[in-house]
Amino acid sequence: MSGADRIAAAFARADGEGRAALVVYLTAGYPDPDTSRACLRAAVDAGADVVEVGLPFSDPIMDGPVIQAANQTVLDAGVGLEEQLAVARDALAGGEVPAVAMTYVTVADTRGYARFAADCRAAGLDGVILPDLPVGESAAWRAAAAAEGLATVFLASSVSADERLDAIATASAGWIYAIGLLGVTGVDAVDATPTRALVERLRARTATPVAVGIGVRDRATAQDVAAYADGVIVGSALLRAVADGDPAGAPDRVAALVADLRAGTVRP
Amino acid sequence: MSATTTPVDGAQDEPREGYFGPFGGQFVPESLSGALTELADAWRTAAEDAAFLDELDQLRRTYGGRPTPLYRAERLSAEAGLEVWLKREDLAHTGSHKLNNVVGQALLTRRMGKPRVIAETGAGQHGVATATAAALFGLDCTVYMGAEDCRRQRLNVVRMQLLGAEVVPVESGTRTLKDAINEAMRDWVTNVDTTHYLIGSAMGPHPFPTLVRELQKVISVEMRTQFAAQAGGLPDAVVACVGGGSNAIGAFADWIDEPAVRLIGVEAAGEGVGSGRSAATLSEGREAVLHGSRSIVLVDDEGQVRPAHSVSAGLDYPGVGPEHAWLASSGRGEYVGATDDDALHGFRRTCELEGIIPALEPAHAVGWLLRHGRDLLGDGARLILNMSGRGDKDVDEVVRVAGWDVGVERAFRADPSA
Repeated sequence: MSGADRIAAAFARADGEGRAALVVYLTAGYPDPDTSRACLRAAVDAGADVVEVGLPFSDPIMDGPVIQAANQTVLDAGVGLEEQLAVARDALAGGEVPAVAMTYVTVADTRGYARFAADCRAAGLDGVILPDLPVGESAAWRAAAAAEGLATVFLASSVSADERLDAIATASAGWIYAIGLLGVTGVDAVDATPTRALVERLRARTATPVAVGIGVRDRATAQDVAAYADGVIVGSALLRAVADGDPAGAPDRVAALVADLRAGTVRP
Repeated sequence: MSATTTPVDGAQDEPREGYFGPFGGQFVPESLSGALTELADAWRTAAEDAAFLDELDQLRRTYGGRPTPLYRAERLSAEAGLEVWLKREDLAHTGSHKLNNVVGQALLTRRMGKPRVIAETGAGQHGVATATAAALFGLDCTVYMGAEDCRRQRLNVVRMQLLGAEVVPVESGTRTLKDAINEAMRDWVTNVDTTHYLIGSAMGPHPFPTLVRELQKVISVEMRTQFAAQAGGLPDAVVACVGGGSNAIGAFADWIDEPAVRLIGVEAAGEGVGSGRSAATLSEGREAVLHGSRSIVLVDDEGQVRPAHSVSAGLDYPGVGPEHAWLASSGRGEYVGATDDDALHGFRRTCELEGIIPALEPAHAVGWLLRHGRDLLGDGARLILNMSGRGDKDVDEVVRVAGWDVGVERAFRADPSA
């Protein structure tokens, strides 16, 4: 079964239950590898449908202060890519939910696309998101990803021109990541009107599920998005929960927030 | 715009827009795609619009002080054993070459109907130029500057503020130019519908490397005419410092198809190439994506960007513009390193021998020339060095870092008679 198939199955299962799929982002290795592993487990056990494993990068231009700080903490602690992928592999070994890596093109490219794709596959991941790799620059990466059965999830923006949405709808596998606002992660809330219009423009082009991320921060914003999108992506809010207290309590805080968000994904 | 399309190595034979060999491209978040297309379109039509080009030319002459002189530096020549001509970009308005690019992009900003510009700045020269153009055109202006650079280039922070810009000190990462660019990118992603990101170097996603080169090309176009008239013939070499590479690409652009003229880029080698504290990207870096384009970058084996180091805030950057990566890898350009110590030597000798206080950035080129120029270029070679900026901004920091006793303390002590 390809990564795209496993992701599609997770979206279909949620849809069958009258819900938008809940996609949970956590930075691998944050705040330390053991806590990170436990938080990923907790997110799955509390009802995440899909997991995004953030692989830190020194210069994350799409990320706001919360994810920037998490990335920097992991890098400053000397937790490298092997160990980050091991955290994902161990935490998600049960295979209950599909998982994708989220990082920047520089990380994948420096390792070599083929080797990076193989490493992701070996860690049990089903796909990859590279927010600074537009479709037009992605041919070499997509070939490497396809060779390992990995889905590549592309981002779409309300300001994307029609022909770009055509290309994104064709290239994106697993789901299409509809950006919920003009801005970086973890700062402002979803801008509903343009985002809903973006989801509709994508729906007119493809049957691939459309999930909205950037600006979903709590149950209420999840509920708003679930009314019109196939999936809801939450990241910075989860990392805030991780950071909001002692590491030992982080998995419980993550579980509580995931359960609350999941309740928000139920369609009215 | 011809060199925006160059053949690509490897499987693909057709040229790709925005590439220089394998370098360049457009590696940016999707939200910026529209703005980059809009900018490329605006430039394409403007470059064929006689009224636009006339206005640009008028502004350069009557406001910017162009053409800048080409000056034969006799005493530096004698010390270097070379015939050294200085292209005096330090005499342009705002004190560097940066305004060449900024005025052009500000006109494009107005053409696109955007009311706000943002910029990154290292040494503050590009920030000052942007703040200047924003004042001139009535645009809102925010400049991102690493907190460490704000400290070492304080004069330029105050200049920008006086010109009406908001200066945002960036505390993340290495607190230098790289992090200022990250913050500017984040601002642009957020405010792309109202804001033009006025990139100051020949780097970033397409069309910036080409656009900045074309706007800075005036430097080498003037050089060619002036050199022919004043010295006769062609120079043996053109020498320029390289951080992101805007003054260098401007100084090289008109000579690229003139193989008799050697193109020498001088990078900041900090404490030495291989010391771990350097900004000599083309000597020490590898192919990678940074800030929107594929180029040569200081990255580690895991793709994390390594901190650069240089005494010069303007060259303290772990990347380089993609066309320089291409000129280096194709062999058309030659790239060498100048250490902090070379730069301080160049700074001091330019003051003492020519009565010119250079910016620390071109002081790298002078320092390299004095210590290594004759070895590479041969006795008596004729060359043009792009004096890309003046050094008022640097005097306090240079005296502090170099530890020179020039008499500052004697001049400012409480009781001069004591």
